[in-house]
Amino acid sequence: MTREEIESREDESMMDAPQINKPKPEEFFNVNYLRIYYGNLFPYSDIHKWLSYGHDGKHPGCDEYYFGRREFSFTLENDVYLRYKSFKNASSMEDAIRSHFPYKIDIGAVYSVDPDKRHAYSQTGSNVFTPVERELVFDIDITDYDDVRYCCSGADVCSKCWPLMTVAIKVIHTSLTEDFGFKHILWVFSGRRGVHCWVCDPKARRMTNEQRSAVAEYFRVYKGNENNARKVALMGYSLHPFLARSYVDYLKGFFEGELQATQSIFSTKDKYEKILAMISDEDIQSELRGKWENSARSSLSEEAISLVRWEQLKNTLQSKKHKAPTLRMCVEEIVFTFTYPRIDLEVSKQMNHLLKAPFCVHPKTGRVCVPIDPNNCDEFDPLAVPTLSQLIEEINSGGSRMDVDDDSDDSDTSLLGKSVKFFRSSFLEPLLKSCKEEIESSYKTKIGKSKDSLSW
Amino acid sequence: MEVIRSQKRTPSNDTVSNPKIPLYLTAPQMEVRLEEFELFAVDRLRVLKGVSDGLARGRNPKEMDDLVDTLWKEHMRDPDASLMFNKDIISHFVLRLVYCRSDELKKWFLSMETALFRHRFRLQNFEAQRAIVGEFGLPYKAVTGAELEGLKERLGQVVRSLGQISPTVEAVYYKVPFEEVPDLVASRRVLIQKGYAFVAGSQLVSLVVTQFRSHISKALILTNRKWTTTIREREKDRLTPIVEALSTSYLGPDYSQSTEYAEISLKDIDQVAKSSFPLCMRHLFEKVREDHHLKHGGRMQLGLFLKGVGLKLDDALAFWRAEFTKKVGSERFDKEYAYSIRHNYGKEGKRTDYTPYACQKIILSAPGAGDHHGCPYRHFSEDNLRAALGRMGLSSRGMEGVMDQVRNKHYQLACTMTFEAVYGTSCDAGINHPNQYFEESQKILKSKTPPAPV
Repeated sequence: MTREEIESREDESMMDAPQINKPKPEEFFNVNYLRIYYGNLFPYSDIHKWLSYGHDGKHPGCDEYYFGRREFSFTLENDVYLRYKSFKNASSMEDAIRSHFPYKIDIGAVYSVDPDKRHAYSQTGSNVFTPVERELVFDIDITDYDDVRYCCSGADVCSKCWPLMTVAIKVIHTSLTEDFGFKHILWVFSGRRGVHCWVCDPKARRMTNEQRSAVAEYFRVYKGNENNARKVALMGYSLHPFLARSYVDYLKGFFEGELQATQSIFSTKDKYEKILAMISDEDIQSELRGKWENSARSSLSEEAISLVRWEQLKNTLQSKKHKAPTLRMCVEEIVFTFTYPRIDLEVSKQMNHLLKAPFCVHPKTGRVCVPIDPNNCDEFDPLAVPTLSQLIEEINSGGSRMDVDDDSDDSDTSLLGKSVKFFRSSFLEPLLKSCKEEIESSYKTKIGKSKDSLSW
Repeated sequence: MEVIRSQKRTPSNDTVSNPKIPLYLTAPQMEVRLEEFELFAVDRLRVLKGVSDGLARGRNPKEMDDLVDTLWKEHMRDPDASLMFNKDIISHFVLRLVYCRSDELKKWFLSMETALFRHRFRLQNFEAQRAIVGEFGLPYKAVTGAELEGLKERLGQVVRSLGQISPTVEAVYYKVPFEEVPDLVASRRVLIQKGYAFVAGSQLVSLVVTQFRSHISKALILTNRKWTTTIREREKDRLTPIVEALSTSYLGPDYSQSTEYAEISLKDIDQVAKSSFPLCMRHLFEKVREDHHLKHGGRMQLGLFLKGVGLKLDDALAFWRAEFTKKVGSERFDKEYAYSIRHNYGKEGKRTDYTPYACQKIILSAPGAGDHHGCPYRHFSEDNLRAALGRMGLSSRGMEGVMDQVRNKHYQLACTMTFEAVYGTSCDAGINHPNQYFEESQKILKSKTPPAPV
């Protein structure tokens, strides 16, 4: 497809957006771009290798039908939604994607039988259609932080509020590895305003809904909506070690540093009243209010004012915190309210919940859902993620190889190639190595057992 | 278990060791008289209902321990310990038959039996508890020596985070995969490291409750299979009618079919919301009118309530459409919301006719950012609740009574008091369902207005 052809086709902007959209200066997402993307750039064999978890049929202990029992769903143009799709192998997955060019691809659970054959089995007996494996997943969306970010709201995101996502990744990732002992974790940009996390250890994939719910609740600190004022309530005499570590290693520094610079959370009356409402003592509130109302006409920058007021608040609370149990950790509560991760609990709790596949393209931004390196997440910039039109441009100017599926080539420096390479080396390879070991060892155990049963 | 007509009972050959709490692992090999089949089940049902009630009122664990103790003594006690033990087992297995028959029944039974087990376990002394843990055959070892030393500081932090000012790190901790103690993980009551939770001796209850719950859950599925394939038909003249009566006798009216009192039309809905909706639904209704939107939890809670109140499907669609299209446009409404409204009325998907939520369920829900569902008496801050009650017309004296109930976590009593203050009559039955509030309210209002002339 030539550049002329791309530019002359019709404007096919997507579904009715409910909010008021900013005017788009250029075309960034349409079915023709998608055709090129899914025709040449989407890493089919990497995704297939990942979701096969080592069951590639090469070892006698493999379950060759494993991949075929995974549910996918496609959202097509015009919001047509196709659920319970499943594919025997990588090429039938590729064929299906290249015949539908879905606007969104979701990955579901691995079921007891092929999802697209589920009606062939009755609902009783041992062949019931039910999920048997599913990654432990998390979804963090920056719109859940709208009450604590002042630069944007709703679907927008910028360099001032994105760091909230960075902190969230650090806190959750550390806990997943240190506390829960998980090793194979993939973080992915959701394409517009959030991040997804896929925990792929075998133990994680076999977790029940109750266990998933428990982990989600373990991570939950923020409880509330506009109907209650104190949405983070830290009781007790100290923080749980997980919260303490998060506070000391990530949250405190972020709150007192970057957050003050980007959000100036004390600089206006509206803003500081919100914080005062979190202090459950009227006298302390009045004391601080008095100080701040009087200093309103200072010549300091917004950031400096915020820092001064934060110090005042901390000092006041420090001296008065024994007045009531709800004041004991009020300082920490405020920090947590502004910085601690807010995950979408419903996404994590159920095995059958579908989640968008990595390397999809977001229809509203045209950006690719690329992996994020949790050990380097400070460097990630959501506004620098390759867009469809950039990728097409790159192909047209001959700057990238057309076939990303060729995994023997490590020298690919194209926009997307970097992400695919990262996906392979940091996530896929270690994962497959460990899967193969597991398949082999459980096969040996099985053989060993049957040998024993034959012994006299 | 063999059910026989009234005859002399043969003594049961019980298990050798007689632990105080049976684990209900296998169906008992004993004969049961037909009357006992039903009577024992009803007594146990009274206990389970009491447990359910206690949980809905937000009783803390210690209060629940006492409640269970009282309930058990009142309904299940027998001077002969082995007879009491038999009644325990028999009643449990009978109720399994009753409550295996649908997902909702299973869920309720599982929750209540697990809660009952948990509190009975907590009431035992440490030795008895360890014996029960032994019965489950769990392989977990105690943490000692250098490993324990290395963890002491953080274990102390956990204890302090739970409200004990001087951390007394217990003598015995068990290293258990975190998957085995989900409730301790969820409430951050344990230290977790590299996939293992460090469970204190006093927290053993979580370990066994998880095992118990998992076992009963599986058993219910098997029981259901047996019921539908053999038992129901075979017993259709004897046990089946008893079993079927037992479940409906508990759950009060479920308001899925509206009565003659409660048919409302679209044009009356604003007026009726002001005059007869309980606070939770008033709030949701006001928010829909105000924001022209509601998140999923709110749509379910209000939507099903409106169905119970008599709003027909077409009127419901018109109502939600009129509001939502102000924000999302009519095409998007049809695509994203209309389907689930029809789903609630049993017109889509697996065609279940969903029942409106009772107070219990609403109180236990967890509204988050942007949500307006839940029970205002539980989920609102004091200021917001006072403001809302003021808008309902409560005087400051009436409000104090209500706030008092709220402080003691008696949310349904708070709602009942609100009802009494608004309508000037007493409500002895107590409010336990929003549709009940609505129906009672309509009864009162209709009795005050003279009938329209024919």
